[in-house]
Amino acid sequence: MASSVSAAAKASAAFTHKKELAAATAPAPTQHRAGTGRRTKACRVRAVASPARAPRAPASTGSVKTAMTMTEKILARASERAGLEPGENVWVDVDVLMTHDVCGPGTIGIFKKEFGEDAKVWNREKVVIIPDHYIFTSDERANRNVDILRDFCMEQNIKYFYDIKDLSNFKANPDYKGVCHVALAQEGHCRPGEVLLGTDSHTCNAGAFGQFATGIGNTDAGFVLGTGKALLKVPPTIRFVLDGEMPPYLLAKDLILQIIGEISVSGATYKSMEFVGSTVESLNMEERMTLCNMVIEAGGKNGVVPADETTFKYLEGKTSVDYEPVYSDAQARFFSDYQFDVSKLEPVVAKPHSPDNRALARECKDVKIDRVYIGSCTGGKTEDFLAAAKVFLASGKKVKVPTFLVPATQKVWMDVYSLPVPGSGGKTCSQIFEEAGCDTPASPSCGACLGGPRDTYARMNEPMVCVSTTNRNFPGRMGHKEGQIYLASPYTAAASALTGYVTDPRDFLM
Amino acid sequence: MAAAAAPSVVATTAGASTAVLSPRPAPASAFLRRTYVTSHRHPTLKCRRAGPLTPAAAAAAAGGSSPSSAVFHGEVFVVGDNIDTDQIIPAEHLTLVPSKPEEYRKLGSFAFAGLPSAAYPTPFVAPGEESTRYTVIVGGANFGCGSSREHAPVALGAAGARAVVAESYARIFFRNSVATGEVYPLELADAGAWKECKTGDVVTVDLGNSVFINHTSGKEYKLKPIGDAGPVIEAGGIFAYARKTGMIASKAAA
Repeated sequence: MASSVSAAAKASAAFTHKKELAAATAPAPTQHRAGTGRRTKACRVRAVASPARAPRAPASTGSVKTAMTMTEKILARASERAGLEPGENVWVDVDVLMTHDVCGPGTIGIFKKEFGEDAKVWNREKVVIIPDHYIFTSDERANRNVDILRDFCMEQNIKYFYDIKDLSNFKANPDYKGVCHVALAQEGHCRPGEVLLGTDSHTCNAGAFGQFATGIGNTDAGFVLGTGKALLKVPPTIRFVLDGEMPPYLLAKDLILQIIGEISVSGATYKSMEFVGSTVESLNMEERMTLCNMVIEAGGKNGVVPADETTFKYLEGKTSVDYEPVYSDAQARFFSDYQFDVSKLEPVVAKPHSPDNRALARECKDVKIDRVYIGSCTGGKTEDFLAAAKVFLASGKKVKVPTFLVPATQKVWMDVYSLPVPGSGGKTCSQIFEEAGCDTPASPSCGACLGGPRDTYARMNEPMVCVSTTNRNFPGRMGHKEGQIYLASPYTAAASALTGYVTDPRDFLM
Repeated sequence: MAAAAAPSVVATTAGASTAVLSPRPAPASAFLRRTYVTSHRHPTLKCRRAGPLTPAAAAAAAGGSSPSSAVFHGEVFVVGDNIDTDQIIPAEHLTLVPSKPEEYRKLGSFAFAGLPSAAYPTPFVAPGEESTRYTVIVGGANFGCGSSREHAPVALGAAGARAVVAESYARIFFRNSVATGEVYPLELADAGAWKECKTGDVVTVDLGNSVFINHTSGKEYKLKPIGDAGPVIEAGGIFAYARKTGMIASKAAA
């Protein structure tokens, strides 16, 4: 059943959902090449269901192309196919393969077992190896795993290995970066139109750059190491249209928690999630990353945001590799469409124990908390710390519970200590955090987002209630099985730290 | 489906395994499949294909392979919906490297260690043991959601489970199960089976007939056919399957 967008917008609900199995929706502008200006936002008129057509054999000249979504186009190009459809299995050329200290050793083991002890990786410049998960620990196996990565990188002459040797002082390691997904972006390994695979579920983070990025296991990664190819099933795309001006108390984390709460933890299983609309266009790259980062929490295969000026500007000076963005065709078929009027949304949290257990932050104001954690690929980037600082600045008071800050990478750590916070009269985030009584920003890594070895900084070793800017809150996620984790935006996390209860950031920002 | 893009694809006739490069002889596997008294297998079951091999057909979709006819008997371990990878194998154990035999076994001992004891009073692996008494795991929707950690299906397989029977799977867990060959990720045709099963019930999983039987309750449940993923798991995972069918570009030993 079709209805016009204007009717939907008038509806009191903040969103509408239409299941589109027929062709054609919005009259989005034609494809963009890099640098040819941004797409104009038009009132989207939906097509009334088009009449059914008898199937026709595709033209053999290759001059007729089926309309495809961004994800389909990326996979088509990577598999050298003129066209393809969701459900097809295709062999793609992989542009970048990433692994880290938790899955790298296992991947390397499989690679050597299957391709031979003396085998060489398919391309020493396309493998990026980033220790980040269990770094600042005395756990011997964890330390050994970083050594295994190093041995392999030396043997294979891997170009990009962000090594760490001195665990007592992260700054003494010039190559070390920190959290892999943020490092990939900061070091210019994410490029529009490419295929990026990583041995980590949050690899979908890179979809913010308009590329196909998804997580795979050790065995698949071992295969890619040897051949540079992967067999992937083309996912259909669910499109999320986010329009409206972003309220000053909302962040991308609120948007994605809203979406996951809407469709559930399996709502996007085997599907691609495409984020478009004026709100998305207004987001900076780090906010777009937050959006795509949690696609996996809805079961999604990958997330994409179309590349635009914001993307190109971010990439300037970071990469010397040419790239060519792709965009969904106007006539592309989407599995379903969701529309959100962002101006009507409120700060949300995901209550224990599921990322889709959505609730309004203000409705949880009686939940007493024991600590706050700000960090991880999802919520430990520079923008996330600037956001938290904004709330502490607005309050001027001290936190009521231990507040742990774990910058994702060395670069983020340096930003926290050097960037002036707007409206603070030149103070840095670190100064504001110190005045608010937060813990000193810790060494950059994944930290306690996933618990880790027992001595991991900020690990939850007893049952307690934590508001966290991380990505999962399943039982035991941050260490203790009876721990209660409320996922939230940096604004909400900071506000909660100030009161000792789950708190809507409007209490401080308005 | 064009074979052009595939690595070293070789059309082979049924049974033969000629390859562009000679495949490595299978080394003494770190993952020797344990034979259980309770599991029955047709000894002659091998991958048989009717025609030229294409990678897509081999690894997943289009038909051609013989259907799996494995049968497993044993006790069942029951879990509910949305069992995530942190519950299957808590992150603190991820320092164990699955490709090292000693650590592979240790991973098995920690399988399902993350399940809250209040909801799951019977542990999957008894204290002091390294493997499980449960051959089959029954679950609800979205089994294996969360992380891409391959340690999850590996822990279950290393502990001794042979099959998971669930309503649906998270995609990375499904893919990892097939790629490693550690457990069969079987899908129930209908919802609700886990609510009718109790941990310790005696069950049979019959792949040939696509049925899951709970002898203790007397109930039977239809399974969706495992399809092309079956031969891959039977062969011991994607690499073993690819070697057997001659499609992998592997380096010859020494």
